[in-house]
Amino acid sequence: MAQLQDSRDKAPGGGSRGRNGVLTYATGFFFAIILTLASFWAADTKMVWGPGVPVLLAALAIGQMGVHVVFFFHISSGPDDTNNFLALAFGMFVVGLVVFGSMLIMANLNANMVDMPMDRLMQMQR
Amino acid sequence: MSLVDALTDTDPADRDDTPISERGPAPVQVVVAFGFWLFLLSDIVLFSALFAAYAVLSGQTAGGPSGPQLFDRTNVLMETGCLLASSFTCGLCTLSFEAHKRGATYLWAAVTFALGVAFLAFELTEFTRMIGNGAGPTRSAFLSAFFTLVGTHGLHVTFGLGWLAVMMAQVATLGFREMVIRRLLCFSLFWHALDIVWIGVFTIVYLGAH
Repeated sequence: MAQLQDSRDKAPGGGSRGRNGVLTYATGFFFAIILTLASFWAADTKMVWGPGVPVLLAALAIGQMGVHVVFFFHISSGPDDTNNFLALAFGMFVVGLVVFGSMLIMANLNANMVDMPMDRLMQMQR
Repeated sequence: MSLVDALTDTDPADRDDTPISERGPAPVQVVVAFGFWLFLLSDIVLFSALFAAYAVLSGQTAGGPSGPQLFDRTNVLMETGCLLASSFTCGLCTLSFEAHKRGATYLWAAVTFALGVAFLAFELTEFTRMIGNGAGPTRSAFLSAFFTLVGTHGLHVTFGLGWLAVMMAQVATLGFREMVIRRLLCFSLFWHALDIVWIGVFTIVYLGAH
């Protein structure tokens, strides 16, 4: 597969050839285990201020996703990875819009909802 | 050598001076992997919709059991370990295949498959336990969202196991061809992507439950 090394663009997941592929995967595996155990520790710990725990969990999860992208998908910010990186950035943008947009809109609707028991609401609809 | 290979097989030193319009088509491997990368990102967008639904509905238990009453952290840690280790062995499998080591390819594929089956076994045990306790998907909006999100991930894993079995059949019958390498690389991308989705699942669904 000479064309892989000669090409200007890199394929996601490719490019491990010629480098120490096993070492890359082992490094990623090591970091992923550490971050997973840290997540499970953080969920139960009393050492962190309670309201800060979700933030810590989110940071650990994003860090672990980054580890996977770098060490398992072999995506970098190098010039031969521009297409892959742009696609990833757009994907993350859409994911952010869908998740945070839905949560924001639904929280707003909930906050503006008339507080009323369900049976009375049902009667009003008749 | 195919036409594509002939067109793209130039010296990298010359290539840097060639304008982008005169470089010819990208290598097949790059086109295939980039297309599959786009598919994976769209699959992650699909999951993001299910995550959004779960995030919105996670408090709507309709008087039924809530997350912390149902979830078993040890079980989740075992599932996470299985999936993470299978991602690692899947990488070793593709590396062995690229190095034309047939025995190692089968070995790591078998380990990947076994870990994937173990993950599904943990997940199905949890599902049957929950449904047996009256906490099925019809109980509340929270449980509907939970079973949809985690079940869709489980379906992806099941599909991935089928794909892995087909790939091993192709390794046995077709051998070390470029085509098979491309497919195996796509499979490993798929498997790693499922691991990334699972990070979101265990963080938001299981650890974030309150």
